[in-house]
Amino acid sequence: MTRAALLVLADGRFPAGGHAHSGGAEAAVKAGRITGAAGLEEFCRGRLHTSGAVSAALAAAAALGVDPVALDGAADARTPSAALRVAARKLGRQLMRAARTTWPHPELDALARQFPKGAHQPVVLGLAARAAGLGPEDAAYCSAYEGVSGPATAVVRLLSLDPFDATGVLARLAPEVDLVVRDAVDAARRAVDLGVDALPAGSAPLLEIGAEAHAAWPVRLFAS
Amino acid sequence: MHLDHSHDGPAAVSADAHRPDGTRRALRIGLGGPVGSGKTATVAALCRALRDQLSLAVVTNDIYTREDAEFLLREAVLPPERITAVETGACPHTAIRDDISANLEAVEDLEDDLGPLDLILVESGGDNLTATFSKGLVDAQVFVIDVAGGDDIPRKGGPGVTTADLLVVNKTDLAPYVGSDLARMAADAKEQRGDLPVVLQSLRSEAGVGEVAAWVRARLAAWTA
Ligand SMILES: Nc1nc2c(ncn2[C@@H]2O[C@H](COP(=O)(O)OP(=O)(O)OP(=O)(O)O)[C@@H](O)[C@H]2O)c(=O)[nH]1
Ligand SMILES: [Mg+2]
Repeated sequence: MTRAALLVLADGRFPAGGHAHSGGAEAAVKAGRITGAAGLEEFCRGRLHTSGAVSAALAAAAALGVDPVALDGAADARTPSAALRVAARKLGRQLMRAARTTWPHPELDALARQFPKGAHQPVVLGLAARAAGLGPEDAAYCSAYEGVSGPATAVVRLLSLDPFDATGVLARLAPEVDLVVRDAVDAARRAVDLGVDALPAGSAPLLEIGAEAHAAWPVRLFAS
Repeated sequence: MHLDHSHDGPAAVSADAHRPDGTRRALRIGLGGPVGSGKTATVAALCRALRDQLSLAVVTNDIYTREDAEFLLREAVLPPERITAVETGACPHTAIRDDISANLEAVEDLEDDLGPLDLILVESGGDNLTATFSKGLVDAQVFVIDVAGGDDIPRKGGPGVTTADLLVVNKTDLAPYVGSDLARMAADAKEQRGDLPVVLQSLRSEAGVGEVAAWVRARLAAWTA
């Protein structure tokens, strides 16, 4: 395995469709919950410790070889909002295309066959990491980090936020990302023996509600 | 085994000229250019000119609405199932060039749902003079500018003006009102583009989209040859 593969997979320019999604930030900006760097930081912190922790654990479990179909079902069960499930599958399908071209692997082909319209993105991400020769920790890092970097990039566009401030937010969150990843990998290892019920199931109701409202807007900049 | 094969391999390669079942996929033509130059109007006119002979679909990439798709629906240039809008996260040029995954999904879904198509037109949301389509998404691209945007645009060049497979200078009917020198625009375009074709058109005139439609037909003939 190569360390540098992690950089390829974690690169914000990896062409997997993420640029069109705000991770709930657009809805939060509209609702007045994010008005600047401080609000962005609180938003990202909340996301990191709830849906971010779940996604990271799913990705780590997929990277460990836990059955991706069971993981996809677990992701569904942990995502009450139908709009968010649609977005997660869309992003999973787009990541699948990029991953299969970048790191061809029979397990990716098998999952693509099983879910032609897309499996949940964190599951595909974990399997992509596996195909790239990376481990569960790497997969969890990619997932946890993109869960906060996506909203940060979106808020730079939505509020014309100073990009240095947005990057500062991400740097300040880094130690918490480390903690979330550690817990995610622990949970994923338990899931190898105990099944997907061992994975965390935290959720952020406002993200779910915001996503449902956002999906019904006639005019929006981001797909989710 | 046959079914299995149809989901493997080729689906992972974006620019592949064949669909998973081995048939030739639709020719994909991108239309880009500055805001308001007449991209949607050209797409609508092309649909009207070609829909009786060809099986067509359209993908739009708006900046923040579904306006272009809704215009095409309102004008009823094609049945609704043949028009798809892609959301671009405020960056239409990213969605047509740097990260084409949502657009690839849209073009492939159209062919999966409607059966084999001859032609898919992909309109980019109005952007700047540097916006170009990835070769992984389209087989040919048309760059649409207009006379009202200033007659120095062809001279300024940029990737769209210089490298597009077809440059359309639209709204020639407005030239007298905005003081644009058509001969100069044509000469500057020639200078920038060498042998690449340029069409000056007015969709308000009788000839309308005719020359562009003829160019599309020629591309299609080459594609299916
Ligand atoms: N006079 C004149 N008006 C035109 C012509 N072509 C288009 N228009 C008008 O120009 C306006 C903009 O046209 P659109 O087709 O919406 O332009 P667009 O490039 O799709 O715009 P965006 O998608 O917003 O970037 C509309 O009001 C059209 O009716 C033309 O040849 N002559
Ligand atoms: Mg338009």
